[in-house]
Amino acid sequence: MSPSNIYVPYLMEIETITEEAPEVRTFRLKFKNQEEGENFKFSAGQFAEYSVMGGGESTFCIASAPTRKGYLECTFRKTGRVTNALSKLEVGDTVGLRGPYGNVFPIEEWEGKNLLYIAGGIALPPMRCVIWNTIDKREKYKDITIVYGARTVNDLVYKNELKEWEERPDINLITTVDPGGQTPDWKGEVGFVPTIVDKVAPNAENTIAIVCGPPIMIKFTFPVLKKLGFSDENIFTTLENRMKCGFGKCGRCNVGKYYVCKDGPVFTLSELNKMPAEY
Amino acid sequence: MIPEKKIIDRVALDKLYESLKAAGNKMFAPVFRNEQTNFEYNPAATEISYSHIQTTQSVKNTVFPKIENLFRFESSQKSVELVQIDFTKVPRVIVWNAHPCDAAAFSALDSVFNWDYVDEIYNARREKLVVIGMSCIRADENCFCTSVDLGPGAVKGSDILLTPLANGKFIAEILTDLGKSIADENASLFTASNGENKEEVLAKVEKQFSHEKVTENLKNGFENSFWHEFSLRCIGCGACAYVCPICTCFDIQDESKAGKGRRLRCWDSCGFGMFTLHTSGHNPREVQSQRWRQRLMHKFSYQPDRNEFIGCVGCGRCSRACPVDMNILEQLVELEKLEIAAK
Repeated sequence: MSPSNIYVPYLMEIETITEEAPEVRTFRLKFKNQEEGENFKFSAGQFAEYSVMGGGESTFCIASAPTRKGYLECTFRKTGRVTNALSKLEVGDTVGLRGPYGNVFPIEEWEGKNLLYIAGGIALPPMRCVIWNTIDKREKYKDITIVYGARTVNDLVYKNELKEWEERPDINLITTVDPGGQTPDWKGEVGFVPTIVDKVAPNAENTIAIVCGPPIMIKFTFPVLKKLGFSDENIFTTLENRMKCGFGKCGRCNVGKYYVCKDGPVFTLSELNKMPAEY
Repeated sequence: MIPEKKIIDRVALDKLYESLKAAGNKMFAPVFRNEQTNFEYNPAATEISYSHIQTTQSVKNTVFPKIENLFRFESSQKSVELVQIDFTKVPRVIVWNAHPCDAAAFSALDSVFNWDYVDEIYNARREKLVVIGMSCIRADENCFCTSVDLGPGAVKGSDILLTPLANGKFIAEILTDLGKSIADENASLFTASNGENKEEVLAKVEKQFSHEKVTENLKNGFENSFWHEFSLRCIGCGACAYVCPICTCFDIQDESKAGKGRRLRCWDSCGFGMFTLHTSGHNPREVQSQRWRQRLMHKFSYQPDRNEFIGCVGCGRCSRACPVDMNILEQLVELEKLEIAAK
C-alpha cells in the first residue's frame, strides 16, 4: 500500500486471544508484513486505531509494553459495533491497525521517583503498557504501588498478571472491588477506588500518580490525591475521548484548543485544569 | 506573481468556460434548479447562474467530498486484501463563478488537512483545483464577509477573480500562475483594461462586529450563560455544518457486503450527540447548548488560537439553512458586546 495514504492500516494477524473477564478480551497481534513490524516504534501511553474490515475502526491504547518486542496487544470490552465485530474474530484472523498516535508518559523524567498507579475497571489496559514498561526497568524507580479496582471480582482484568505483581516483593499491589462485588474468598479490599486510595494514603513525597478510570472515578480520585499532598504536575491521566482519525483532523476529540489525539492522550492535572471540562 | 487586470465580455466568458470544459477539465458551476442555486459538475454555459446572491451549499466538496473512499478491501476466511485507490487520477476541477467567501475558505481547509499529518488524499484533489472567483455585486442580510477580514471583492483563494461591470463586461484579475496560464492560453478572449474600478460596483457589506473582540471575549466565555440562553432552540440537525465552507469534521465508516467493501470518510458535525459519545455512555457534550458552544468556540476561539485562522468566511449559509433560524451573525454581534469578566 502507498505509505502516503494515512488512512490505510497495517494488517495484523491475531496470534492469541485471552479471555480476561466477561466480554473482555486481549488480542496479541503480529504484523503480517515483517518489515512493517520491525519499523514500528511506539512508547508507553500511545494508542492505535484497530479495525475489522467491514466492521469499522475503533480506538484503544496499545496495552503491551514497548519493552516486549515482536507483538502488540490490545484489550477491549465487547460494547459497541466495532468491539462486537472484533469479538467474533478468531486466532489467525486479520485486524487492521493504524498508529501509533498521541503523546507518551514521560517515564524517563520519572526515574528515581516512586510510582503510584491507580486504575479502575477496563482502564487498567491503557495503564498496563506503562506499568510493564517501568517494571521492566525496575531498578530505575523507587516504590511501585498499583491500586486497581473493578465492579466485581469477576471484572478484574489481567488476573494472571495481578497474581504475578502480587507475588513480587518489589511491587505493592492493592486490589479492590465495589461493595457487593466481592466473593466469599476475596482477600482484597472492598470499596470504591478513591476511598481505598484515601485509606492506603500513599506518600506524596517524590511520587508520581498515574490515574486512569471512568470519569466518575477520576473526578473523585483527584481530590484525594490533592489532600495527600500531590501537586497537579505530579498527577497524570490518559483521556478517553471518542476519536476517529487519530491525527487531529476529524474534530471529534477537540477539547478547547487541544486535540486529545495529538496533545494527549496523556495529560497532567495541571494541564487538565487549563482545559474546559469536556472529557 | 504581480496581479494583472484584463477585461472579458459575456460572450467571451461563455467561450472561455466551454473551452476549459472541452479541454477535459471538470467544471463546477452554479445552476438555478428546483428553487435553489447550487454548484453542479459540467453544466452548459447557458445554464450557469450569475445572478444569485449565495448558493445553498459551499464548494468544499471539490476537495473534501461528502464521501471519500479511502481504500477498498476484500476479505474471505483468513485472508484480507486491501485495494489501494489511485488518487493521482483525480480530475482537474475548475470551480467557476465562486464568490470570494468560498474561494477564501480553501486556505482554512488546507491548514486542517496539512497540519502535522499530511492528508495526501485531500492534497491530490487540492493540487488539481482551479478557482475562478466572482466578486459580489449583491449581498443580503446574512452576509458578513467584511467582519471576518474578507469582502465582496476579496481576491484571497482565487486564481482569477471576475467582477461584473454595469456595461455587461467583467474585470478579470489574474492572480496566480495558474490563473495566468489559463488567461495566456485563451488570450484572444481578453482585452486590455482601461482603468475600470471594481470598488464602484461591489456590494455594500457593512462591518457588523470585530472578530478580534469576539475571540477575546470567548477566551473566558466558556462558562457564560450566553450559550444556554441562545441555543435552546437548536435541534441539532447539523445543517449548518453541512453548508459551511470550512467545517471539516468527519467520520470514518466501513460499508461492505459479503466481505467486499470500502472504508470511507464522510462529513459529520460537532452538533450531533453521537459525535462525542463514549462507549461507556458518558458524553462530554451531552446537551445541545454545549454542542452549539463547541461550534462557535471552535471557529472563533480554538482555530484562531491553534491554527491562526478564523473558522468562518461570513458567507451566511448556516443562518439561511437553519430550520429554526439560529442566526450566527446575530450571535456574533451579541458575543462582541458580551461583558465577560476575566477569570
